[in-house]
Amino acid sequence: MVMEIVCPAGTPAALRAAVKAGAHTIYCGFADETNARNFPGLNFDRAEMREGIAFAHGHGSKVLIAINTFPRAGDEAIWHRAVADAASSGADAVILADPGLLAYAARNHPELRRHLSVQAAAANADMINFYAETFGVKRVVLPRVLSVPEIAAINVETEVETEVFVFGGLCVMAEGRCSLSSYATGRSPNMNGVCSPASHVEYYDDNGILDARLGGYTIHRVGKEEAAPYPTLCKGCFSAGDATGHLFEDPVSLNAEQLIPQLQKAGVTALKIEGRQRSRSYVAQVVRNFRAAVDALEAGQPMPEGMLARLSEGQAMTTGAYKKTWR
Amino acid sequence: MTQSSKPIPKVPPLIARALRVMPLAPLSMSLTAYSKRVATHHPSLFRRLGEHDHARFVLDPTDLPFAIELEPNGGVPRIKVVRGQGAGDARIAGPIAALLGLVHGAFDGDALFFSRDLLIEGDTSAALALRNAVDDAELDLSEEITQLTGPLAKPLQRAFAFLERRTGVYLTRPEEAEAW
Ligand code: SF4
Repeated sequence: MVMEIVCPAGTPAALRAAVKAGAHTIYCGFADETNARNFPGLNFDRAEMREGIAFAHGHGSKVLIAINTFPRAGDEAIWHRAVADAASSGADAVILADPGLLAYAARNHPELRRHLSVQAAAANADMINFYAETFGVKRVVLPRVLSVPEIAAINVETEVETEVFVFGGLCVMAEGRCSLSSYATGRSPNMNGVCSPASHVEYYDDNGILDARLGGYTIHRVGKEEAAPYPTLCKGCFSAGDATGHLFEDPVSLNAEQLIPQLQKAGVTALKIEGRQRSRSYVAQVVRNFRAAVDALEAGQPMPEGMLARLSEGQAMTTGAYKKTWR
Repeated sequence: MTQSSKPIPKVPPLIARALRVMPLAPLSMSLTAYSKRVATHHPSLFRRLGEHDHARFVLDPTDLPFAIELEPNGGVPRIKVVRGQGAGDARIAGPIAALLGLVHGAFDGDALFFSRDLLIEGDTSAALALRNAVDDAELDLSEEITQLTGPLAKPLQRAFAFLERRTGVYLTRPEEAEAW
C-alpha cells in the first residue's frame, strides 16, 4: 500500500495547495489555544474548517484536526467544544495528546477516529498499546527521538498505525516534555501551543550581522553570508568556558526522504511533514516532492533526488534521530 | 509555484537612481486607493491580522529608493510612500522581487528569511500575522489592475506576462498545477 503523506496546512489556501499538490491527508487546527501551532494569522475558524474539509473530501483527501495542547484547569470546555466541532465538521480524525481529552472524545464522540499526538511523547509499544486499549487510539505520531530499528521494534508489538515525521523543523526533544522556551519567554508548547513565540522574537540587523533574540537573550548571531536560523533555544549557539557552539542541535531541519524505504520496511503507515506555520508555496513543493517519492517506491523505482534544501532552516538538513549519532 | 534556486533578481541601480526623482504624494494616493480596492475583495485578510490590524508595517524594497508604510487600519488601508527606511511597528525588507514573490505565493517567507533575502525587524508577531494573512488571501496584484481596465484588460495581461518573463519578477499569482 502507498505510504500516506500527511501534510500541514496553516490556512485554507495552504490546505487547497496541499490537496492540489497530491497530499493524501492534511492536518490543521482551530485558531485558538487548542492546537500546538497557535501563531498569529494562522489556523481555521469553524466555517473555514467546514469548507476546507468539504474541499479536501471533494478531491479524495482526508483532514485531521490537531487538538493537541493540554486543557487548562477550569477551561476544559474550550477543548471539549473543539472536539465536538471537529466531529460535526466531518473531520476524518482528531489528533489529541491529553489523556483526559482522549477520554472525553472516546466517551462523547466514539465514532470520531482518534490519533495520538506527538505531544503525548508515546515512545514505546506498552505506552501506545495502553492508549489504544484505554481510549481506542488508532494511530500514534511517534516522537522524533526514535531510530529506525526502534520504530520497527514498536511496530512488531502494536496494531496501532504509526506516523513519523519526515520533513521540516526539528524538535529535538521528546515533544511535550520540553520547557526550554518557557525559561526565556514564560510560554511553552504544552501550555500555550508555541515554542519560542513570535511575540518574544526579535531580529536586529547591524550591517549584515544578524542577531536573533528570544525574550531579550541573543540566541544566535550570524554573519552576512550565513543562513539565518530561528531563535529556538534547543538550536541556540552558547558559550561555555572557552568553547562556543550549538550545544543541543545545529540549526538544521529534518529530511528523511532517503529513509522512506527503510521506514516502510519498519512498518510505518504514514509520513508526516512539519510546518503549519509555513506558506502555501512550501506546502505545495514539499508535498509534490514526497508524493513523487512514495509513488516511486510503490512502483519499485529509485527515490528521486530531492530539491528541498532551500526550504530548510539553516539551509541544512539532517536525518535526525533516525540514524542516531551523538556529539 | 516554485522556490527556485536562482538568485532573486534586483532592480538595476540605474533604474533605481532614476526613480529617486519620482513624486511620492501621487504614488501614495494611488496605492491607497488600490489597496482599498484589494481590501474589499479580501476581507478575510484583515480578520487574520487580528490584534495587528491597526499596526503600521514598513515594506522596504531594498533595491528601490523608497519604502512603503502600510496601515491596514481595520480594513480601510492607508499607504504612504516615503524616502529612506520608513518608520513603523514592523519592518519587512528585501528586494522588490522577493516582496512581490511573497505576496503572490511564489516564495516561502521562512525560506527567504533563511537565505537572508528577507529581513524582519521590530514586532515579529505583527510581521508574521501579515505574512500569514497575505499568504492565505491568494492575492494577484496584476489581476486587481487589469480588472479595472475593461477592453484593455487582455493586452495589459499580456504586458504583465511579458514583463514577468523578462525580469523574473512574479507580477501575478502563479497557477497551481493539479498534480494528481
Ligand atoms: S526548544 Fe526545541 S526541543 Fe524544545 S519544544 Fe522548542 S523546538 Fe522542541
